Amino acid sequence: MSVENSLPISHRQRLWLYGLGGLVLLFLIAPSVIIVIMSFSDSTLLQFPPQEWSLRWYETYFGSVEWRDATVVSVKVAVMTMLVATPLGTAAAYAINIGTLRMTGVINALLTASLIIPVILIGIGTFFLYARIGLNNTLTGLVIAHTVQALPLVVLTVLSGLRSYDMNQEKVARSLGANRFSAFRQVTMPQIRFSIVSGALFAFITSFDEVVVSLFISGGETTTLTRRMFNALRDQIDPTIAAISTCLIVLSIVLLSAAQLFGRGR
Amino acid sequence: MSTQSASLYGAGSFTGTLNADTLSADARRESLGLLALLSPGLLLVFTVIIVPIGWLFWLSLFDESGALSAANYARFFQQASYIRTFITTFKVAFFVTGACVLLGYPQAYMLSQLPRRAASICLIFVILPFWTSVLVRTYAWLVILQRKGLVNSWLIDLGVISQPLPLANNLAGVVIGMTHIMLPFLVLPLYASMKTIDTDCLRAGMNLGASPAATFRQIFFPLSLPGLASGVVIVFVLCLGFFVTPALMGGGKVIMWAMRMEQTTSLYSNWGAGAALGVVLLGVTLALLGLFQWLLGARATGVWSSR
Repeated sequence: MSVENSLPISHRQRLWLYGLGGLVLLFLIAPSVIIVIMSFSDSTLLQFPPQEWSLRWYETYFGSVEWRDATVVSVKVAVMTMLVATPLGTAAAYAINIGTLRMTGVINALLTASLIIPVILIGIGTFFLYARIGLNNTLTGLVIAHTVQALPLVVLTVLSGLRSYDMNQEKVARSLGANRFSAFRQVTMPQIRFSIVSGALFAFITSFDEVVVSLFISGGETTTLTRRMFNALRDQIDPTIAAISTCLIVLSIVLLSAAQLFGRGR
Repeated sequence: MSTQSASLYGAGSFTGTLNADTLSADARRESLGLLALLSPGLLLVFTVIIVPIGWLFWLSLFDESGALSAANYARFFQQASYIRTFITTFKVAFFVTGACVLLGYPQAYMLSQLPRRAASICLIFVILPFWTSVLVRTYAWLVILQRKGLVNSWLIDLGVISQPLPLANNLAGVVIGMTHIMLPFLVLPLYASMKTIDTDCLRAGMNLGASPAATFRQIFFPLSLPGLASGVVIVFVLCLGFFVTPALMGGGKVIMWAMRMEQTTSLYSNWGAGAALGVVLLGVTLALLGLFQWLLGARATGVWSSR
């Protein structure tokens, strides 16, 4: 790349651009900031900035059995989705990276299908299928559906790691007598582990934040946090949601920083 | 290696065929192994996505009495409520895409011009909302825009307005909320493509006497068009099938395509009609993506050869 900012335009001449860009950044980030601040309000009214501060909405969230159960379900499903999607996605990315298979077009189309097909159609289709095989309102059903949605992210993340890795190292290990699996485990995996971890984190958050499919296929004892939030929002604007939202925002920040940190380690 | 060793022993044709057999067996084993690695993922996607959609497509071809008919599709042209849904959906998609272009282009341009460090810090502000739950962001906009929400109470306190503005539970609310959710989908690909624009081209233009504005208009903007186009298509397609924000912020008045699908199947249990809606939605989505790929393929090579 050429030297940065080498154009004969000064920062002063660009002030309007920075101003405009700054406003758009504000538009993007302000809603989250407002929610975080409001979650510490003492009032049931929506005031900003809040007059009195308290933790009462967090107490309501953690004190409510319904919210706690929904959170536990979501965490369980997200962890299991991560544990299923990561190995499946890594295996698929490995096979694609070798690049000797035919019909790569079909394979790629299938693996990325859940990114292209409208989620609402996936939701209705999954509900329809699960109704026939009795998987609606089950953890297994949720994990399977979320795995399908998380898979393309894991595949793409691991694939980008494999692309910058020299496969010949694995060939060397195999020519020295290691079998394919142990060559992968001992030589390749340690070098692409950062992309695998990033992929796993993306899988977790994809599952945890998933709304539309969960609306259709979860319910009763397996109601996910997002489904319960969606229903609560349909009725009224309960400040408890601000406290839950803040927890979700913090979770996103933590997971993203972790992914970023691991990504940099590459 | 095999032919080398074969010619060393002077029996090229004989060991050559022997090796060819072993090699092809080896290659077969290799591709079977790779297929085995791919199969769990592919099988899962096939069972959970492809099979049900195929099934729904099949269902959409029959009317309520079970006879083969196009009734589920004919309804789209006959019933005014369906036509209204389609008009609303495309209207929202156009507004949101337009707003995303207006906000996203300067944003991406600024990011691409900033020094690397500053750009990566600003990028956090784009990526963080991108990975924050759609529900959380929709809730935030409800709090900000509703009748007694932040914007209205501020404006009333400041004396700008006396009556609250209708910002939520209508088309405006849906468009604002969805623009916020879609913006990163436009900015991220656009920024990535702007980063690949060679600064030398711009410098050459300025050396030849072009003003900064002319350089932008004649060099930078045309080169950024493929990136802009891909962002626009992604946003537009996502808008067509979007559910959460219109369902929560439309106040039951803004019925978009995906909501219509949910109502038809969950509320009225009319699977044929809901499936037909889904089939057409998928068709439109794939057609738009295909058209874009076809156009961009031509344009991308055009940009390449012109350099």
